[in-house]
Amino acid sequence: MTASAFLSQLLQLGVALLLAPLLAGWVSQCRAWLQNKSAPSLLLPYRTIHKLFIKDAVVAHNASPIFRVAPYIVFGAMCCAAAIVPSLSTGLPFAQAADTIALVGLFALARVFIALAAMDIGTAFGSLGARREMFVGFLAEPALLMVLFTASLISGSTSLPTIVDSLAHRDLAIYPSLAFAGVAFTMVSLAENARIPVDNPATHLELTMIHEAMILEYSARHLALIEWASALKLFNYSCIGIAIFVPFGIAAGSDDWAAILGAAPALAAKLAIGGFVLALIETLSAKMRIFRAPEFLGTAFLLAVLAMLVHLLLGT
Amino acid sequence: MAAGIPFYAQLINLFAAVLLLISFAMLAQRRVLSLIDLFAAQGLALALSTAVVGWGTGQSHLYWSAGVTLTLKVFLLPFLLYRLIRRLDVKWDVEPLINIPTTMLVGIVLVVFAFNLAAPISNLSSTVTRSTLGIAIASVMLSFLMMITRRKAIPQVIGFLAMENGLFFAATSATYGMPMVVELGIALDVLVGMLILGVFFFQIREQFDSLDLKHLEQLREDE
Repeated sequence: MTASAFLSQLLQLGVALLLAPLLAGWVSQCRAWLQNKSAPSLLLPYRTIHKLFIKDAVVAHNASPIFRVAPYIVFGAMCCAAAIVPSLSTGLPFAQAADTIALVGLFALARVFIALAAMDIGTAFGSLGARREMFVGFLAEPALLMVLFTASLISGSTSLPTIVDSLAHRDLAIYPSLAFAGVAFTMVSLAENARIPVDNPATHLELTMIHEAMILEYSARHLALIEWASALKLFNYSCIGIAIFVPFGIAAGSDDWAAILGAAPALAAKLAIGGFVLALIETLSAKMRIFRAPEFLGTAFLLAVLAMLVHLLLGT
Repeated sequence: MAAGIPFYAQLINLFAAVLLLISFAMLAQRRVLSLIDLFAAQGLALALSTAVVGWGTGQSHLYWSAGVTLTLKVFLLPFLLYRLIRRLDVKWDVEPLINIPTTMLVGIVLVVFAFNLAAPISNLSSTVTRSTLGIAIASVMLSFLMMITRRKAIPQVIGFLAMENGLFFAATSATYGMPMVVELGIALDVLVGMLILGVFFFQIREQFDSLDLKHLEQLREDE
């Protein structure tokens, strides 16, 4: 591994870690604007995380070690995921260790541990949230895999940097299969990031929450890590979306530092647009009943399968 | 791979995919009004793809055909359907006979079947866009499925109209269009069919106080 590749890897990991709360802040700001509310500060997520880190943690008496380690595992899994999703350049030496299937596995690992931790304390809300989370997760995961497989079929590799390389640096061609995959990916991301048609990130209303119900028992640094991890998850999903559907501007390799730094404004613009679209979707749609979620995610899965079929039929 | 075929053919492939996407959306849709909007969107995709075929192959009569499609399927028929729904005062949710996820699964099976069915046929054709024939057959079958799984009259009619969209797309994409006379004839048929079915709706409702077609399945001998 050359020093430059190592630097590029570190830079992208750092960008993901630092920008993730900003993206979360941007989405909630857009949402407030669209709903005619006075918007919270863009830096609010940073302040929340900072505030939580300096507080004293309270842990329930009957908490097992799983409850204590889960935030670190979740955060670690999200960091690993951030390390293999190309955001600025495809020079990611770490990505050789894990392809897109491992990426889905990392998300699953985080999900399993947060669900275990939620059930650990034994409160009603925790296990309710955990059950719902697994229910949504087991439907969303195959759909995500199918979307990634479609991109892999087009580029002939399951490694995200290779996919970006072959999709971004080619002659301009229209891929109808990616249109299907794009719709499916949007639906999966909404569900996986606890966004409105499936879950509401802003609610503390007992009967409707999924993600919030699981983390009710956490406080201080544990909660800070989990909040940061969910911001990172949103950032990772956005970067996966960018990498597959609008990869233009991502630098190739890790030697051309002008291109890598030049990719930063493009990334910022794409994330800003993506965040706004997310806020728009959240504002325009109503939250579904939990038992409509299988229909929603089933549709996502079928669209992703259709994307593969269309690719096989049209050869594009 | 994709760069090997001309740009207009790629556009047609894209519109074909959009057509299939909308067919699936119609299959999953619960509301009658959204169903009509989707039908209008499908008409728009169809008109655009016809125009693109005309542009790519230099056949100017296809522009006329696209224009007819646009006025008829994007403006006139949705307008008629909207008015019909207002007059009948039926803004209910569509009630499918089997639940929607199952319908979608059956839809996927149909798509696989259609793609396999179309593969040997499109090998015989020499046009650049022959591979879209599979998509056209798939959307015809999906519209069929929609007609079968819906209980009420209006969604069935929309399914019928969507099926005609699929057939029309098959004609333009696989064979670069039919003679103008045939196209005009079909357009008129669809329009007249729509008007007659509109009259039928009123008759059915007068007879049975409902647009639920299960009332039509039994013979009644109580005169």
